[in-house]
Amino acid sequence: MADIETISFPQDRTCPYHPPTGYRPAHRGPQAVSPARLFDGRTVWLVTGHAEARALLVDPRLSADRENPAFPVFTERVAETASRRVELIGLDDPEHNVQRRMLIPSFTVKRTAALRPLIQETVDRLLDAIIEQGPPADLVSAFALPVPSMVICALLGVPYADHEFFESQSRRLLRGPAASDIDDARDALDEYFRALIQRKRSDPGEGLLDELIAQQLDTGAVNHDELVRMAEILLVAGHETTANMISLGTFTLLQHPDQLARLRASTDLMPAAVEELLRFLSIADGMSRVATQDIEVGGVTIRTGDGVILSTSVINRDEAAYPSPDELDLGRNSHNHVAFGFGIHQCLGQNLARAEMEIALRTLFDRLPGLRLAVPAGDIPFKPGDTIQGMVELPVAW
Amino acid sequence: MRINIDTDVCIGSGQCVLAAPKVFTQDDDGFSELLPDHEDGAAGPLVGEAARACPVQAITIT
Repeated sequence: MADIETISFPQDRTCPYHPPTGYRPAHRGPQAVSPARLFDGRTVWLVTGHAEARALLVDPRLSADRENPAFPVFTERVAETASRRVELIGLDDPEHNVQRRMLIPSFTVKRTAALRPLIQETVDRLLDAIIEQGPPADLVSAFALPVPSMVICALLGVPYADHEFFESQSRRLLRGPAASDIDDARDALDEYFRALIQRKRSDPGEGLLDELIAQQLDTGAVNHDELVRMAEILLVAGHETTANMISLGTFTLLQHPDQLARLRASTDLMPAAVEELLRFLSIADGMSRVATQDIEVGGVTIRTGDGVILSTSVINRDEAAYPSPDELDLGRNSHNHVAFGFGIHQCLGQNLARAEMEIALRTLFDRLPGLRLAVPAGDIPFKPGDTIQGMVELPVAW
Repeated sequence: MRINIDTDVCIGSGQCVLAAPKVFTQDDDGFSELLPDHEDGAAGPLVGEAARACPVQAITIT
């Protein structure tokens, strides 16, 4: 493999909606699975081929267990955390399956469709406030973050009044910057959810968390600590990801006026447009696994104990799966992208995320037809490569 | 055409329902099931899409 360039991972994007240009040797190279170097000098396998990624993500020989000492981490701050156990997304079957099955009924296509009026009402109310205040506005703090944050609170039964607390803890958890931020944020969220679960046991509400207390905690199917950590994951995953898709999706559409015009001309295009934005933006870029047995894939052998990183942004630009992959084409068939992952860990909330994106983007461009960036595109800060991708802020006018 | 759903493997992602809504639904536990009145002949290509979209390959067509 001496002739293959070893790239470093992760790298920052140079344009917020394209994969880092530094991934290009792996992206355009002959290998669908090639070596990459992590911050600590460790060499792992970087998967960039679409077919190879789908095959590996359903392969039980790849483990998601964060407690495995060989599990690859790609930032120093994650490497320094005291506790590595992560419920749900950091567990393998059969343990993972037990937790997932507790949650599936709340995230079906039907249950998610029933949340559409709530999502619409939330979007309308936030846009009313933005319009009343008048331009300019920061679309991240005034819209992209509160939409999914309010919706996940309603779904879980978490008081939205506490949003400043858990949004700031989520930011520390995902972006640090200090090494101690992850442990401190986890401790703060643990304490918050322990108290909330205690309150709910004496005064139950109607959210998913209340259901889990009655049906899973009180029957002994999960213990208290597990439920606390599951609730944290649902809350963090439920708002950080969609918030980034709404802000980066808006930015990307504003930078592609021809595509935005297509979308305005045909609202029927919205579901396909959301799929294409998911493919094109791939905001959760870098899923990690560790091999528990040798695996032959893409002409290489992944050995037991090797780390594997799947770069969704590059995988979703595989020419073999999507013709002219670097073009945003809202009318294309973007099916089978891996923006939500694939295999047993595929995003639990994907149907909710799709509904939120469709309603948020459609209503935003309907109600603010003159929406535009308030500052030059190049001046708007976006997130570094070691976390979920998206805009830090999005100053807009209309 | 026979469609088989392995509910032991199903993770309730609902991708089959999105791909072929006239053939698949989800039961109250979230698991994929066939609609009682589905017309599999007319929905053939969509059933193939559903099988390909399934993240855990729980759908087989014979």
